[in-house]
Amino acid sequence: MTFADFQLIQTRRDFFRRCAGGLGTIALAHLLDAESLRRPHFPAKAKNVIFLFMEGGPSQLDLFDPKPALQKWHGTPLPASLTKDLRLAFIRPDAAVLASPRVFAPSGRCGTEFSDFLPHTASCADDICLIRSMHTDAFNHHPGQLLLFSGSTQFGRPTMGAWVTYGLGSESQNLPGFVVLASGKGTSGGTSNWSSGFLPSEYQGVVFRNGGDPILYLSNPPGVSTRTQRVSLDVLRELNEEHRAATADVEIASRIASYELAFRMQSAAPELLDFSKESQQTLEMYGVNNETTRPYAVNCLLARRMVERGVRFVMLAHASWDDHAELNKKLKQNCDITDRPTGALLKDLKQRGLLSSTLVIWGGEFGRTPMVEIRNPSQKDNAGRDHHPLAYSMWMAGGGIRGGQVVGKTDDLCMNIVEDPIHVHDLQATLLHGLGLDHTRLTYRHLGRDFRLTDVAGNVVKKLLV
Amino acid sequence: MVRSGLFLLGLIAAAADGPLLPPAANIRADFARDIEPILKARCQVCHGPQQQMNGLRLDRGEDALRGGKSGPVILPGKSAESKLIQFVAGQKMPPVGSKLTAAEVGILRAWIDQGAKWPKAEPHWAFQKIRRPELPAIRKQAWTQNPIDRFVLARLEAEGIEPSPEADRRTLLRRLSLDLIGLPPKPEETAEFLTDPRPDAYQHVVDRLLASPHYGEKWARHWLDLARYADSDGYESDLPRPHAWRYRQWVIEALNRDLPFDRFTIEQLAGDLLPNATIEQKVATGFNRNTLTNREGGVDTEQFRVEEVFDRTNTLGTVWLGLTVGCAQCHDHKYDPISQKEYYRLFAFFNPAHELDIDAPLPGEIGPYLARRPEYAAKRRALLEEYGIPELQAEWEHKLLEAAANPGQSAEWDKAWKYLGNNMVGGQAIVKLDPAQRTEKQRDQIADYFIARFGDAFGKERLAKEKIDELRKKLKELKPPEVSMAQTLAEFGERRRTHVLHRGDFRDPGEEVTPGTPAVLASPPPGSPPSRLTLARWLVSPENPLTARVTVNRMWQEFFGRGLVRTSEDFGTQGERPSHPALLDWLASEFMDRGWSMKHMHRLIVTSATYRQSSRSRPEIDSRDPDNVLVARQSRLRLPAELIRDSALAVSGLLNPAIGGRSVRPPLPAGVAQLGYASGVKWEETQGPDRYRRGLYIHFQRTVPFPQLMNFDAPDAYLACSRRQRSNTPLQALDLLNDPVFFEASQALALRLLREVPGGFASRFGYGFELCLSRRPTARETERMAAYFEKQVDILRNDPKEAQALFPHALDGVDPAEAAAWAAAGRVLLNLDEFIHRE
Repeated sequence: MTFADFQLIQTRRDFFRRCAGGLGTIALAHLLDAESLRRPHFPAKAKNVIFLFMEGGPSQLDLFDPKPALQKWHGTPLPASLTKDLRLAFIRPDAAVLASPRVFAPSGRCGTEFSDFLPHTASCADDICLIRSMHTDAFNHHPGQLLLFSGSTQFGRPTMGAWVTYGLGSESQNLPGFVVLASGKGTSGGTSNWSSGFLPSEYQGVVFRNGGDPILYLSNPPGVSTRTQRVSLDVLRELNEEHRAATADVEIASRIASYELAFRMQSAAPELLDFSKESQQTLEMYGVNNETTRPYAVNCLLARRMVERGVRFVMLAHASWDDHAELNKKLKQNCDITDRPTGALLKDLKQRGLLSSTLVIWGGEFGRTPMVEIRNPSQKDNAGRDHHPLAYSMWMAGGGIRGGQVVGKTDDLCMNIVEDPIHVHDLQATLLHGLGLDHTRLTYRHLGRDFRLTDVAGNVVKKLLV
Repeated sequence: MVRSGLFLLGLIAAAADGPLLPPAANIRADFARDIEPILKARCQVCHGPQQQMNGLRLDRGEDALRGGKSGPVILPGKSAESKLIQFVAGQKMPPVGSKLTAAEVGILRAWIDQGAKWPKAEPHWAFQKIRRPELPAIRKQAWTQNPIDRFVLARLEAEGIEPSPEADRRTLLRRLSLDLIGLPPKPEETAEFLTDPRPDAYQHVVDRLLASPHYGEKWARHWLDLARYADSDGYESDLPRPHAWRYRQWVIEALNRDLPFDRFTIEQLAGDLLPNATIEQKVATGFNRNTLTNREGGVDTEQFRVEEVFDRTNTLGTVWLGLTVGCAQCHDHKYDPISQKEYYRLFAFFNPAHELDIDAPLPGEIGPYLARRPEYAAKRRALLEEYGIPELQAEWEHKLLEAAANPGQSAEWDKAWKYLGNNMVGGQAIVKLDPAQRTEKQRDQIADYFIARFGDAFGKERLAKEKIDELRKKLKELKPPEVSMAQTLAEFGERRRTHVLHRGDFRDPGEEVTPGTPAVLASPPPGSPPSRLTLARWLVSPENPLTARVTVNRMWQEFFGRGLVRTSEDFGTQGERPSHPALLDWLASEFMDRGWSMKHMHRLIVTSATYRQSSRSRPEIDSRDPDNVLVARQSRLRLPAELIRDSALAVSGLLNPAIGGRSVRPPLPAGVAQLGYASGVKWEETQGPDRYRRGLYIHFQRTVPFPQLMNFDAPDAYLACSRRQRSNTPLQALDLLNDPVFFEASQALALRLLREVPGGFASRFGYGFELCLSRRPTARETERMAAYFEKQVDILRNDPKEAQALFPHALDGVDPAEAAAWAAAGRVLLNLDEFIHRE
């Protein structure tokens, strides 16, 4: 079989059935777009996901869930009856209440209220489905992030991006299906937030880096020109072909194919990063030219460009929102960095007709307490908030999501949820549903049982959907 | 809804059966052949181990015959009256999916009418005692080298398949070298083997490799996967573990001296409890210290202590029992005979243990330490007394203990107690210990902690800040004599009790339990103390059928790419059954009979004819046996991540072959470490020849692991890993093509060829090929490479800058373009599929 024969045969599905199983074959199937596109369980609007992961636990009380009643309690502890089952990371349940100094105003036709720290997000209110009733089981960062992304506080499970790419395959011929972008500091979870767990490693998130090579080891070594690279790959292929003939091992064909994909990535990734064809207006809208917003803005623009090029799942992490102290100052800093680019991303996706097929999610692993945490009493305006897993906010927009609404309600103090509780497993189930995947059927057999993203729980929240 | 079957029914069935039921089939129903598959496919999703709708469970005889909430569904002898039949014939069940055919209903009816005999389930194969099987009869005696081959050949002969011919000597040597020591053979080793006229030349090579100190490195890496070895904590800030390497060192040395596997097991699980335990035996318990540690400021220390005990218990399950015992953490195991209570009885063996970092001096350290120690201790004591530390510390400890006993009284002291747990290994346990019972080390450790964290809960008013700083400075100036340390497990102080934890929640304890082993396996000898040592001895007792089976199976997996039981981590009912059950048992009994010698087993396997077969694919057999289950040939295996690095360094001459020692940090691209929590992971590059150490010595930082290792499927060290994936991704191609370490290896290879081989292209290329692949190139390979080389020289002559960048060293009498072309050629060699495989 010559390489040309191979290229012919590789598009035929039965080739994969005929050649010996094994991961190499799966990898090959994954590499080649025609083969790697798997069907969703049912037709769906969304095809891609952009997860804006706000690491550390942004304060819902100061951003999304106005609680005027807190003013009344400000500076005094809550009655024990309200806090009796509370497990908190740092403070005691009888810590004093901290009212939010933020001003909330209704936005858009729908009138959803957002904090004055988020004017750009607020300007997209009619596309946003704000969830005020998120809850989770973990109240420490790393376990909370594991639960949010892998459905379990245990290590070793595949993460959301890996599951989605496993379920739907990759649409891009020359970019990875699951990409990770990061700004700010590193996250508590590190690589465990984009791990493929026990799924084949192909589904692991590929980090697009902020400096140096966008993908690790993308550039040729010094002295290796594109021409040398091409010629080298040609002789490499010839020699590998020789060896395939000698061993009759069809897996060598997949090795050859992955070298070709690597070569294509070498030109596709720089093209992706090249903003020279973006209009000045677009760059301004995202805040690419502004020093404060730049790192996060670049990632938002990249996310749009990736979705345009068929990347299935973009995880965009920004750290950290873990404001135990100096909440007013630090929250403003993070909002100044992220709000404009986030709003621009939604608008840009919409004007290009991509929003209807892209699911955008914004949020972190938990929220923050209505009670104050004071780490340094001698410092002015040192007040912060502790971790709060019982009631917090996230938002979704785009493909299949019913924008312009608020789902869920918390009590007057934002201590507990009073309406439509949505667990992170429900969020996961809904996200998969939005992509046409049934979370109970998207499974992978490991250690003798079928695992899934939502573990043994999760319900699709119909209210969030169109 | 009249169907043709119903007409037939009217003709054949007895009137008493009622008009709607298909007739009973006219066969002798065999449960395993006829009935079980129907129940499995059609009923057990809802009425099986996972869920029991309406209380009915149809996967176990007793439950099935008892029936569900509304009574029995199977009435032996009376199929027509049995609800099971009425429901499946009446289209009520199954509620989704296709209905049962009339034929299927007929078979079920026949079985019920014949008495609904549910054969008593045989105990699951893996739990049965190991009996050394007879060697099977075979025809082709001449092919066999040892008993292994008889089992393999018997199966092949039954299938009518010829084994593959033996691989040629070059292939065999490369295979053996990579499998036993993890390094490719040197050309002179190949030459020696090729010209060795002795009939047992092969055995000589095996002996040489088994005796090589690199053997321990190769096999340690495999064991470290199971031990979830890493050099950092794992959670969030992921602090480095500077002493972790001592455990790795212990493994390498234990394997090199062929420590029998029973002792290997006992020392790692309970070395600290052996009578007169040596330091090395305590170091071995570092196995249990590879669990993740969560030091996030806000954690509940008890929660994560319990998590660590879970991990130890579950790891024991994977590594020695081949069972997913962790499933029983929250509820009875759904498939295997392990109840939740039994899980916590296993857990109870580990629960009393404390983590303890001990002094574990390396050779040469103890003399100077002992010489300086008395003087230091006296000075230190005087200094502490001068500042009133003993009294202050006693008060501090008292308050901590009060907070521990009555939490909720003082937030400040609660926090101080928690921080002690978070920030000092075994700190809480030491404070709980009567000072008179503390070791000297423990006394120093806790005083050091107290002084270091003085401000935590103990007001500065007790001692001025300047005073403390002064004391800290003076203590530092004393330059404490130090020896290397190691992470161990130890038992001291009050013995912790164990309860069943409802749904695995440490806040919800239930019934108290004592340590004990699962009832499905033979118990430890009566009267054994309920200790970890008993547990470890029980694992390697001849009555335990799992340890030997699981262990030899993993050996087989490493030598053939696939275990006799493919799911090497799961020997339970959900795992796959062995492809060659008798061979597995023969190997397991041989392992025990030969004193658990791992080297003996490795020798036995690699000297078998089965192992020595060619790995060339045989299309006519591959269609029947695509996964090579029958082992009618060897398998081509992609090398593990570490061995790819090691090979590239070895063939280019860069490898630093030193054995053992601390972990190293080879260059890491900028930005990689910054992905860790708060970008706080420090990666201080190792300088000098230690940059070129083997892959198993690379510092493994769990939250930001070394990219080359992860690209080639090294496990993430969160959980015990029994078998690695072998994926094939474009990131691997980019890594091999462009990672500076591989490029450096290409340049070094070029240098080596230019220096060591006189003459023209063919001889240099031939030697390079031999170095990398242990064979001579074919004429076509030489021809293709020559064409490439000429093209490169051409390109580079016209671009001296490129040539200079490719190969910056100027060599006397060598055309720079040609030298650079060799670097490019070296890069091609290191990227060949064959280079990263063993055939």
